[in-house]
Amino acid sequence: MSSPRGGHRFWTGRRREVLAGYLFVAPQLIGSLVFVLLPLGLVFWYSLHEWNVLAGTFEFTGLDNYDALLNDPALPGVLAATGVFSVGLVVFNLSLALWLALMLNRRLAGTTFFRTVFFSPVVVSLVAWTIVWRFLLQENGGVNGLLDLVGMTGPNWLRGEGTAMLSVIVVQVFKNVGLNMVLFLAALQGVPRELYEAATVDGAGRWRRFRSITVPMISPTILLTSIITVVGSLQVFAQIDVLTSGGPGTSTTVLVYYLYQQAFQFHHFGYGATLSVLLFAIVFVLTFVQWQLRKKWVFHEQ
Amino acid sequence: MRPSMSTPLAAATLAGLLTLTACGGSGSGGDPDGPVSLRVAVWTANDAHLALFDEIADAYIAEHPRVEKITFDPLPFDGYTTALTTQIAGGNAPDLAWIFESSAPDFVSSGALVPLDEVLTETEGYAFDDLLPATTELWSEDGRLFAYPFSTSPFAVFANLDLLAEAGVPTPAEMRGAGEWTWEEVISAASTVAGETGASGMVIRDFDYTGWDYLATLWTGWDARAWDESSVCGFDRPEMVEAMGFLHEAVFEHGALPGPGTSADFFAGEAAYTVTQISRASLLEEAGFAWDLLPLPAGPAGEYAVIGQAGLGVLRVGDHPDIAADFLAHFTAPENSAELAQYFPPPRASQLTAETLASSNPLLTEEQLRETVVAGTVSGVVKPSHLGQEQIAQTVRAQLDALWRPDADVPAVLGDVCGAVQPLLDR
Repeated sequence: MSSPRGGHRFWTGRRREVLAGYLFVAPQLIGSLVFVLLPLGLVFWYSLHEWNVLAGTFEFTGLDNYDALLNDPALPGVLAATGVFSVGLVVFNLSLALWLALMLNRRLAGTTFFRTVFFSPVVVSLVAWTIVWRFLLQENGGVNGLLDLVGMTGPNWLRGEGTAMLSVIVVQVFKNVGLNMVLFLAALQGVPRELYEAATVDGAGRWRRFRSITVPMISPTILLTSIITVVGSLQVFAQIDVLTSGGPGTSTTVLVYYLYQQAFQFHHFGYGATLSVLLFAIVFVLTFVQWQLRKKWVFHEQ
Repeated sequence: MRPSMSTPLAAATLAGLLTLTACGGSGSGGDPDGPVSLRVAVWTANDAHLALFDEIADAYIAEHPRVEKITFDPLPFDGYTTALTTQIAGGNAPDLAWIFESSAPDFVSSGALVPLDEVLTETEGYAFDDLLPATTELWSEDGRLFAYPFSTSPFAVFANLDLLAEAGVPTPAEMRGAGEWTWEEVISAASTVAGETGASGMVIRDFDYTGWDYLATLWTGWDARAWDESSVCGFDRPEMVEAMGFLHEAVFEHGALPGPGTSADFFAGEAAYTVTQISRASLLEEAGFAWDLLPLPAGPAGEYAVIGQAGLGVLRVGDHPDIAADFLAHFTAPENSAELAQYFPPPRASQLTAETLASSNPLLTEEQLRETVVAGTVSGVVKPSHLGQEQIAQTVRAQLDALWRPDADVPAVLGDVCGAVQPLLDR
């Protein structure tokens, strides 16, 4: 006759399990709610307002900010700069990371040393890294000093229309290429050696082995690194602020820097929020597209 | 790491940018008779300055038991206004704040500051009428004073006499005596120094080919202005074209100023001349070279002076604006103003004499002070400022970038500046 007692007991095994489960996810869940979803909702809310910090006014203006967004004469240039930066960064970063990973995946003396060297910038403070590069890229800086040694006259890197963007991209690539390199290395080491042996027996050359074995086998990692790098490239801020402040002209004013200028320098917090909604939309669409496309080219998803 | 996390993560970073600061509480404004602490935002981190501020604040706390603490909070000079407005947006506004002259119109006309006339005139022994109108003008609107002109520091030229001697160039005093203390001659001397010694010639400090408002120290000598009282852009006027043409030639033909993207620090002995504010004289305490201080050289339009100002205002959104304003009255009362004068040229007519300034400025002679500080403060033109300053500054900066290359078409670029900035001036 144990059923009545059992029916009254509140903490059944199942309930305990559920509670434990919720407790385990609570830190992550609360963190996401407070630091992700709440701010995200607030940004949408702010984007519907005209918020003048100095005057202390916060007025509902409906879709006025979105109207201003569509008619902002500076926006096309900003989006173009953002696009150039992102494409340049992703292509350069991924190809360099993959190349480094292939070089360091061999059993040669010194590879551990070089892995450490290429990875170390990842753990260096971003601003410190960028400030050092600013000195190096000055007209009378280290980079031009080196070029001078071999008899070349370097351009004024951070001041030239094209070289400024190039400099920002390269500085950012060198900062983070180590992370992607390590991810590629891990993926390369997971490729079964038998596949290469079999292909060699079948008479496949190096290029063929790379294209038909390496790339498909590491394609999940290529997807991962490309998403991380694309999203990261859209968030670039400190490098721009330290190296070029968006100049010369507005050639390196990317979306996040423009957002910062509008909100924090020009005091247009409402419009700044609107720009961050636009950024959110862009990141969302790009990630969604990449996620959908994976079926077409990522090996294990086919 | 799972790739699917990247989207919310990205959003969080961005959203956080705007909102983390906005979620702050409104502070401890509840108790009307409770203890009060005040925070003053400043951009100096100089130990001697802060020690003097603390000393004055301690005296105030001793007389006002309710005030238990007054903190002077140094924010970095670069991006000071941005940091300040971010604090205000985040509900973490200081009670009092220094304000750059360039942000004066934005702060004064937005209603962010508490008017100070009453509290200052009613404070015993304050001598409100002693404040020079030339110094309060920028901080007033509709006859009311919104910030105290805490420091009115004229721009002047510091010269490295050792470098000049090395290059065989006459000293500034000799040039002045011969009536040759003009931009034309100074740039020619600077160019000689650059050629002979390998050091830089002239550095307009803090300009760095981005902080263009510092060029007012040059173009005012041509009678040029960034814009006039009715907000009409002045960059395309003949005087400005001539002044900027002169500067362009000095940089790219004579090499008299270090070019864009090149840095040179006068106070480290890397340049023959620098244009900066007198308050930077403290950097010369440990200078390993002989130096002199002179007024700005004359331009084609004659002699002139340019001043930079720091205002001290009480923020309306603070918890205790009335107490903060009372402290401001104490902080800037005559006897404290005289103390502060050793670092910050005062706005008081009675204290703005070479004798009083010299007694507290061991580095500078009475003559140097009379010619630069006293004369400059009374007659000086304040650096350009306008409502919406930051956006205007960025817009002009972006357009002027085209000027800082050897083959620039000066009149065309300056025309473009006006084309881009006039809509902002019209707002």
